Amino acid sequence: MSTLRKSLAIALLPISMSFASIASAADYVIDTKDAHAFIQFKIKHLGYSWLLGRFNDFEGTFSYDDKKPTESKVNVTIKTASVDSNHAERDKHLRSEDFLNVSKYPTATFNSKKITENGNGTAKLIGVLTLHGVTKEITIDVNKIGEGKDPWGSYRAGFEGTTKFALKDFNIKDVGPTSQEVEMYLSIEGVRKP
Amino acid sequence: MPKLKNTKDEYGWVSISLHWLVAISVIGLFILGLWMRSLSYYDPWYRLGPDIHKSIGIILFTILVFRVLVRLFNPPPAPLPSLSKFERVAAHGVHLLLYLLLFCIMISGYLISTADGRPIEVFNWFSIPAFVTNIEHQEDLAGEIHYYLALSVIILAVIHALAAFKHHIIDKDNTLKRILGLSKPSQ
Repeated sequence: MSTLRKSLAIALLPISMSFASIASAADYVIDTKDAHAFIQFKIKHLGYSWLLGRFNDFEGTFSYDDKKPTESKVNVTIKTASVDSNHAERDKHLRSEDFLNVSKYPTATFNSKKITENGNGTAKLIGVLTLHGVTKEITIDVNKIGEGKDPWGSYRAGFEGTTKFALKDFNIKDVGPTSQEVEMYLSIEGVRKP
Repeated sequence: MPKLKNTKDEYGWVSISLHWLVAISVIGLFILGLWMRSLSYYDPWYRLGPDIHKSIGIILFTILVFRVLVRLFNPPPAPLPSLSKFERVAAHGVHLLLYLLLFCIMISGYLISTADGRPIEVFNWFSIPAFVTNIEHQEDLAGEIHYYLALSVIILAVIHALAAFKHHIIDKDNTLKRILGLSKPSQ
């Protein structure tokens, strides 16, 4: 009898362990399926205004525990060909060798390395961005928007992030003295994995 | 002197004019097309080049439609009797292929600029609306087709011109002269 109980306990052990890991840091899938996540960019046009655009096709995951936010991890892969600035001729040019060169570099990736808390609900997310074949460390300022149950039986958590970098750092063509830097705005909602 | 319409031996002025108008326009559009892609964003021609390229392209399309109608209702003169069977078939095939390529180039060019639903403005004179916007990766696909077919039509036009020179210089026949309106009526 006792051997049966013992083997049952051993058999159930992995299940209880997996419950424990969910409780500490849950894994989330970024909700690109239902478009509750956005990757936008803006760059100065001639220095007179902002040109806005976005990447329509990307996917990613993150892990997050509000007790230990610095242990969070984020991984995102962007399909560079999905660049959309609301102008087909410009998008065609952005996809060409002059800019994103999407046939040679079809994806851009971001992988987090480190998170430091600012103490006021915001954090700095440090990670490596691979874009246009160049891998460089960037820092994203992150602000948590909220988390909780959704009305359809899942659990969601959402953040926004901003960052900027020089096009030159990623070997992307110079488009003029007032347009050296591109700013990114990220709005990310994740659905907790069941 | 040739007449207005084609006869069985000679090209008429309408066909001769259309031939050279289309030839000059196509070569001009090809050079403009390559050049405008190389311009920097701050070049004054960065916007003007594509505007002119598209406007002339649309007008050329209407001219080419007119040219096809002329060809159908007033066929070109018969091939010169000195031509071999191969030359007749090759010449006819190249002519038809040139028409086909030009139409495909114009349609693909139109599909690039109208891919997002924007119309094509023709010299601030009138605009052509977008009819097809739902092909996947439309502007990229149409762009590739437009580029490679444009290269093809230029290569084919060079072959077409070399053949005309061959007839003029080696065979010393009327082939080149009659598209210039310089052929003497055959006795």
